[in-house]
Amino acid sequence: MPRTPKHRRLATVLAVATACAALGFPAVASAAPADQSAGPKTLTIATNGSVDSLSPFLAQRLLPTHIHRLIYDFLTNYDPKDDHAVPALATSWSTSPDKLVWTFTIRDGMKWSDGKPVTAEDIAWTYNLIMTSPDAATGNGNFVVNFKSVAAPDPKTLVITLSKPQATMLALDIPVVPKHVWESHAADIGKFHNDTQFPIVSNGPFILSGYAKGQYIELTANPNYWRGKPKFDKVIYRYYKDSDAMVEALKKGEAHFVSPLTPAQYNALGDRPEITRNKAQGKRFYALAANPGATTKSGQAFGDGSPALRDSQFRRALMYAIDSKTLVAKTLGGYGEPGAGYLPPIWANNHWKPDAAEAYTHNPDKAGEMLDALGYRKGADGMRTTPDGQPLTLRLFGQTQRVDDTQNASYISEWLKGVGVGVTVSMMDQGKLADVETAGNYDLAFDSWSTNPDPDFVLSLQTCAGRPDTPGASFLGDTFVCDATYDELYAQQITEYDQAKRSDLVKRMQQQLYRGAYVNVLYYANVLEAYRSDVIGSMQKQPQPNGMYYPQDGYWAWWSATPATAAPKKSGNTGAIVAGVATAAIIGAAGVLFATRRRRAGADDRE
Amino acid sequence: MTTTSTDRPPVPRPARLPSRGGGRRLRLGPLPLRYVAAKVGGAAVSLIAVMLTAFFLFKILPGDPVRAITHGIPTSPEQLAHLRHQFGLDKPLAAQFGDYAVRILHGDLGISYQYKTSVAGLIGEHLWPTIYLVGTATVLSAALGLRVGIRSAWRHGSTGDRVNTGVALALWSVPTFWLGLLFIIVFATGIGPIPGLFPTGGMSTPGTEGFVAVLVDHLRHLVLPCLTLVAVIYAQYVLTMRASLLDEMGSDYLTTARAKGLRDDDVRRRHAVPNALLPTVTVLFINIGRVVSGSILVETIFSWPGLGSLFYEALTVPDLPLLEGLFIVFSGAVILMNLLADLLYPVLDPRVRT
Repeated sequence: MPRTPKHRRLATVLAVATACAALGFPAVASAAPADQSAGPKTLTIATNGSVDSLSPFLAQRLLPTHIHRLIYDFLTNYDPKDDHAVPALATSWSTSPDKLVWTFTIRDGMKWSDGKPVTAEDIAWTYNLIMTSPDAATGNGNFVVNFKSVAAPDPKTLVITLSKPQATMLALDIPVVPKHVWESHAADIGKFHNDTQFPIVSNGPFILSGYAKGQYIELTANPNYWRGKPKFDKVIYRYYKDSDAMVEALKKGEAHFVSPLTPAQYNALGDRPEITRNKAQGKRFYALAANPGATTKSGQAFGDGSPALRDSQFRRALMYAIDSKTLVAKTLGGYGEPGAGYLPPIWANNHWKPDAAEAYTHNPDKAGEMLDALGYRKGADGMRTTPDGQPLTLRLFGQTQRVDDTQNASYISEWLKGVGVGVTVSMMDQGKLADVETAGNYDLAFDSWSTNPDPDFVLSLQTCAGRPDTPGASFLGDTFVCDATYDELYAQQITEYDQAKRSDLVKRMQQQLYRGAYVNVLYYANVLEAYRSDVIGSMQKQPQPNGMYYPQDGYWAWWSATPATAAPKKSGNTGAIVAGVATAAIIGAAGVLFATRRRRAGADDRE
Repeated sequence: MTTTSTDRPPVPRPARLPSRGGGRRLRLGPLPLRYVAAKVGGAAVSLIAVMLTAFFLFKILPGDPVRAITHGIPTSPEQLAHLRHQFGLDKPLAAQFGDYAVRILHGDLGISYQYKTSVAGLIGEHLWPTIYLVGTATVLSAALGLRVGIRSAWRHGSTGDRVNTGVALALWSVPTFWLGLLFIIVFATGIGPIPGLFPTGGMSTPGTEGFVAVLVDHLRHLVLPCLTLVAVIYAQYVLTMRASLLDEMGSDYLTTARAKGLRDDDVRRRHAVPNALLPTVTVLFINIGRVVSGSILVETIFSWPGLGSLFYEALTVPDLPLLEGLFIVFSGAVILMNLLADLLYPVLDPRVRT
């Protein structure tokens, strides 16, 4: 019988249905987390990040710099409990009486993954390359700006000579690479991305063994790691660009750890026994910056910031009108802490909190009294005018990419209007907002920075030297703070090698910023994360007990993670049966429908 | 009709063709040289214009790329100055344009700011996943759309026609990200008795080895994103095909064909459809040209490493060389496909030649 079109169509329908079923089956068989009792134990982490470069000299994004912490040992590490500096490549260190020479003793017996020994020469070579090549300084150049020389007089000794004392010497977040591998790339260091040969020769707890651009990064446990081999054989970072899809992957077991979650996602995962959640203190502060009058380093004024904000008493009055507790409850869904000090409470040693007398506790009446006293009188419409009779309206800016801004802006503008201060709100693209801020053309703007175990960098942003060179030129920070007392304390803390004394100075700096009401921290949001407790038995937070699993400043979470002892719940067989029945039903139904339709059409044709 | 997504072009109104002519088979003949030269010349001029305007188009984006790339990480002023110099941003605008024009006319798309690697290489890496996904979806949606459109027109007014058109329009109006997420919840995670059949995202499973296993793995990852794309875009083929076929339906030549005793299927397939194909071919070629620009929404939901998401990432910096390169490639593809369509029209329909 010749093959008519209808037979071809029937064949097509059946082929498509069969193909769908065939493609679906392998998934069903592995629908639950892969049975980890046999074969390599794999920990899959869902990440929303991406890699700009795998070269530790070029990488600037969070994901690759975090990966580098896992695969390369640094000179020192941060303790999982409280982030104080602990030995890593260096086992001990000492400083000269003039504070300018640091001598590190390098750990004995460490080996690169290709079997060659790790020596002080590797460290000296890495640091020297960053000091001499601007391309190599792309990622970590700021750490070596103050270095005069780095030398390795013998394989176990590293000597760093500084131009000025520098208290951050135990927080050098520079991955150290093997000289024998990288030497040949020194000339084209700006173009070499460390992604041509796998596994990458390294010496951390994990070895980067596989990489699919835009898809995943595969790490294998380093069996010879000096602190001990990680318990999971493999750690895989899989990219998820959508956070809802990421949560679905966790529910399904395709990913075993996800972070960060939105409050809604975090709440929704609460009733699942196989998932453990972690509400961690975050490293980020969220603030309302008040433009104190934009000036350059040399003091030249520019921009059109409101003159009212140049008065610290006026800025303080505004802060009394704002209720950060409500912002935490409404905008963060309760997942955060009301702000005060510049450094978040996760850094227990450096966090500063105002006492009750000094704190800007929500008090609109007090705000009104302070504004009255400054001469900003209320008119008949309840809105205030400046002492010289001009209407008082402040411009509040936020960025559309940060969801918090829109919601917070509506609360804050209402509160300020409540005390008679007019506010116009503008939400714009982050690039546009950066342009507005650089030009000094704002009054109030939302501002958020992530902080590090060592506070030096974020503190430096608020110094007089942190301002731009010329009016409108791009600069590191985004506020125009210049406070002599603050600068004096900043200069003291960077030369203070006693950690307790330095912490004290750092706290006084935060107090000074707080009193000036320049960068008013509204809250510190929590980092919300979740993992499959049927895959991961336990792992270490950093810091403890309120810290996070990802991203840590050390490698503790994945290094310490133990596979769950109870086998994951298997739903594979039932799933397969259901899928088989469903597929058979679909194919059958399609066939019947097709046959009846064709019969009817055939009858039409005959007529 | 309004759509909720910028991902899809509006359904073009089909051109109304004179319904003359018989049910001839397509016949190839030599194209007039002047016609070809005019079309090729026009395309070349468009491409050069695109290449030169790309520079200014993205220069007006707000934001400082150096600041965006280094934001939030400890950086020294020296590092910033070096980056600015490396990107050529310390030069006056005219000099920057000069450098750009010389480079681009030599076919050099430059070095990406954020990835510090060649733009051409980056685009090459992301091109295949995009063509794989969006190309497959375009072919499937065109095939499905044409078939449904032809059926609907042939039995217009029937229940089948109303249901088919209704379903196509409903899916067209659905937000892509919502549909994608729904598919993930139902077919990837599994809900109730439905098991999780397909992966939640990505293009492959880490550690898969062996040709057959890799092939099956790739196809499994393709199913849901492809299904989402087909569902939201096939309506334009349905509507275009249906409308242009309806135009042909009352034609005398079809009555003649039927009078000759031809089966209804043959009348439709060999006489009516070829005459109604032109508007659909236009839609198809426009869409093939747009294949490379990917689909940002679907690529995001399914974490697909394609050009659409690369473009989005480039926009947030703004990574100017990458944006310029992508813009040129996207525009170039559309220009090329329009050129092909222009060259194909006279072959498909001799009336266009005159």
